[in-house]
Amino acid sequence: MASLNQLVAVCLLYVAGLFLIAFLAERAAQRGQSRWLLRSPLVYTLSLSIYCTGWTFYGAVGFAARSGLEYVTIYLGPSLVMIGWWWVLRRLVQVGRSQRVTSIADLISSRYGKSNALAIAVTVMAVIGVTPYIALQLQSVVLSLSAFADPAPGQQPPQAGQINSASAALWVAAGLALFTVLFGTRNLNVNERHPGVVIAVAVEAVVKLFALLAVGVFVVWGLMGGVSETFARIDASAIGTWQVQGDRWLALTMLSGAAFLCLPRMFQVMVVESEGERHLQFASWAFPLYLMLMSLFVVPIAVVGLDLLPAGSNPDLFVVNLPLSQGQNGVAMLAFLGGFSSATSMVIVATLALSTMVSNHIVMPIWLATHQGRATQSGDVRNVVILSRRLSIMVIMAFGYLYYRASGGSGALAAIGTISFGGVAQFLPAMLGGIFWRGATRIGALCGLGVGFAVWVFTMLLPSFGTDGVLSQDIFDQGLMGLAWLRPQAFFGVEGLDPTVHAVVWSLSLNAFSFVVVSLLSFPSPIERLQAAHFVNVLDGGTGSARRWSAAGAGSEELMIMTQRILGAQDAQAFFRKEAEAQGLRDGLPDPSPKFVQALERELSGSVGAATAHAMVSQISGGAAVSVEDLMAVADESAQMLEYSNQLETKSRELTETAAQLRRANEKLTELSRQKDTFLSQISHELRTPMTSIRSFSEILRDAEGMSADDKSKYASIIHGETIRLTRLLDDLLDLSVLENGQVTLNIRSGTVGDVLDRAVTTALAGAEAPLRIRRQPRRENVVLRTDLDRLAQVFINLVSNAQKYCDADAPELRIDVRETETGTWIDFIDNGQGISPDARNVIFEKFHRLEGAGGEGAGLGLAICSEIMSRLGGRLFYLEDGPGTGFRVELPDRLSAAEDIAARRSAEVA
Amino acid sequence: MAERAPVFLERRRYRARRMMDAVRLLAFLGIALWMVPLMWGVPGDGGAPMPMSAALRYIFGVWVVMVVVGLVLYRRTPMQADDRPTDGGS
Repeated sequence: MASLNQLVAVCLLYVAGLFLIAFLAERAAQRGQSRWLLRSPLVYTLSLSIYCTGWTFYGAVGFAARSGLEYVTIYLGPSLVMIGWWWVLRRLVQVGRSQRVTSIADLISSRYGKSNALAIAVTVMAVIGVTPYIALQLQSVVLSLSAFADPAPGQQPPQAGQINSASAALWVAAGLALFTVLFGTRNLNVNERHPGVVIAVAVEAVVKLFALLAVGVFVVWGLMGGVSETFARIDASAIGTWQVQGDRWLALTMLSGAAFLCLPRMFQVMVVESEGERHLQFASWAFPLYLMLMSLFVVPIAVVGLDLLPAGSNPDLFVVNLPLSQGQNGVAMLAFLGGFSSATSMVIVATLALSTMVSNHIVMPIWLATHQGRATQSGDVRNVVILSRRLSIMVIMAFGYLYYRASGGSGALAAIGTISFGGVAQFLPAMLGGIFWRGATRIGALCGLGVGFAVWVFTMLLPSFGTDGVLSQDIFDQGLMGLAWLRPQAFFGVEGLDPTVHAVVWSLSLNAFSFVVVSLLSFPSPIERLQAAHFVNVLDGGTGSARRWSAAGAGSEELMIMTQRILGAQDAQAFFRKEAEAQGLRDGLPDPSPKFVQALERELSGSVGAATAHAMVSQISGGAAVSVEDLMAVADESAQMLEYSNQLETKSRELTETAAQLRRANEKLTELSRQKDTFLSQISHELRTPMTSIRSFSEILRDAEGMSADDKSKYASIIHGETIRLTRLLDDLLDLSVLENGQVTLNIRSGTVGDVLDRAVTTALAGAEAPLRIRRQPRRENVVLRTDLDRLAQVFINLVSNAQKYCDADAPELRIDVRETETGTWIDFIDNGQGISPDARNVIFEKFHRLEGAGGEGAGLGLAICSEIMSRLGGRLFYLEDGPGTGFRVELPDRLSAAEDIAARRSAEVA
Repeated sequence: MAERAPVFLERRRYRARRMMDAVRLLAFLGIALWMVPLMWGVPGDGGAPMPMSAALRYIFGVWVVMVVVGLVLYRRTPMQADDRPTDGGS
């Protein structure tokens, strides 16, 4: 008889061993060592064995002792699911990998457009469904402990060593919470993988299988004496015939298969920790083998227990009590350890999976909403996540403990387990619909889950507390609110069904029905539709698409090629060389270690944006498909870059325009400067000629003696004439300068064209030697003008005297025509000479331009001044190309206001 | 030999595809075999009840068959990644 202290010591030793194994595995995983072990298909298969909990270990025997072979359905369902891995599990694992799913709540919520409401619903349902299950594990550990402390009745009287079951359960719960906190939340990983926990679970799987087989071998060969004797004794026992109802056989098989897929802890080890299809196929035969071995000796143990142990002893404890009653303390101890490890592994993984869901879908959204904008440093969030995980683990464990205390540790283990299965199986329609049917919508999933869960609570959970427990006898008899079709065990008046079958059939079928109907009637949001396509077509991505890389791992070559495309060959090579050196490789490409890939992603994100870089690198290295959120982030970045490049384009266009303007301005300035130089040189020349003659003649006058009075008078008159010329030149220059600078003040008066012409002709021809005949039409000259008449006369004088000077006809004649048009008044001055040669026409308005043959009198400024005056007056002066002889046309605007406007504007421009 | 190599390869690929078919269909065999007990009489139906030892032998026998066939198929389909196009029809 092992003492309680021994038992506790063994337990502590066992847990310490688990700690060590988990710790070593965690460290090896971090260093990237022992991949062959950590990622072997065997470990994967063994980790699936958390399906076999304390319920399996103790409860299966109790189940068999009560209802024969029915217990085996709990293993047949999962076996069938594993054997049919190709149909459902393969898809689930692929979706889980490509979407980086962290829990079943995450899977369902991301399938239906990352719906937070759905995630919360699934999380809450999972917590409600699994809490009794955790309580069940605590109960099984406490029961088996008490079996040691309080031996079967009749052997020994109760003694001082009897345990307090409440405090024992508390200690167990606290210890398990500690273990889970230590190994489940040591580090944060986006994939939510926990190699340490997986290895610990695998070790526990071996322990419990070994323990149960040991008890079985002891029973079959030690107590019964062989296989054939065993069969004979089984047939002779109370459960010696097949007595399973067909509907229960079918319903329980289905239920266990569904729960196998939907239990949060199973999802954690099967999908989240999965290593790919090959492991799944390995498990497709190895896990059924494990289950078969676990259930192989259940019936013999039950039969022998019923036979040997006193009537009334708890069949759930046959596994421990049978060796104890036979004095086989070693076997009993082993059996206890097996049960202990079944319970602990289940509790650890279940709380881990639930805490991930609670913290990811309930705590973090609330925290982020209340701390908006303050989570600027990633370290902040990380600490909060870890803290919320730990708190969630403790809270869930506390729930389990409270449920255990509240239920008083009563009830057969199998019944509690079945209820829990029924709760989580409600996820099945939404999950399967999500991965097989693109038409499934968020609203549909919410409705299905809600209806199924409500029916489950009403027909399975609440009745489990017994009549008059939560539901009164009235409700059982008359239905809810007196509605006969709402009786918890006879929905819609269908009576006579087994309560479990009734609850499973109604909850799942109403769940699936409302899920499908509401999905058909509702319309999904865009992100939902995208996710639907992603989930349903998850297997199509791998075939024939060159864009998808094998999941086997990052190829440095592929990364190199991609990096070259983004950074350019030289930079990419330099970066890879640097990384290779950092890894201690002399030449060649660096190994695609996580650190390197991270560095590369950082490097690339400098060029293409973080989301794009992540999407690209994970395409190559993770084999993970890009999620819709990733794509949207990429689109955002692209839009920003597009916007930026548009801005750049606009700016560069503006710059080009400005440059062109500057170039034009520069050309103008250069031209002006050139003109100024020309002007200055011409001016100096013009001034120099008269000055030279003035100087020479005045020197003669000063130095020559005995000069005659006639000579003196002749020379003095030459000097005088030259000074007059100089003065006129300076006057003209002054005039031109004033006109060009716009400083001219117009003296506006009214008068007729005829008057102005009269004055001009008289002035121009005064003292003229050669006769010039002027032909005018006085009738048409009676046009009233309102302008600066003096300036206009100046123009006319210049034109008339030019004609007089340059007309080379024998009988020079000037015709002056006046015409009124719609836009103003035209005055043409046309002589009968040869006209101006085409070459010269372009330059006659230039300063200092003189036609050949002119008597050397003018400075060549006349026409330039006239042209300038006309533009001041708002009109213009130009050469008439057509017609014989030299012709100039003076155009005057109709209204003076225009002229004034223009004059004003010009002066403003100059100013 | 060079000419016959493709024939050999085709045949092997054909085999691999049929193996994958078997993987897919095995679950249906399992369902069919494990649902046979639905036809066994229960006490009260009249007729001889099925003895427990026979029921145990049958159910665990099916289990062993499933495991062995699964193992054989696992060894016979070494790299289904090569033959993903066989998905046709699913």
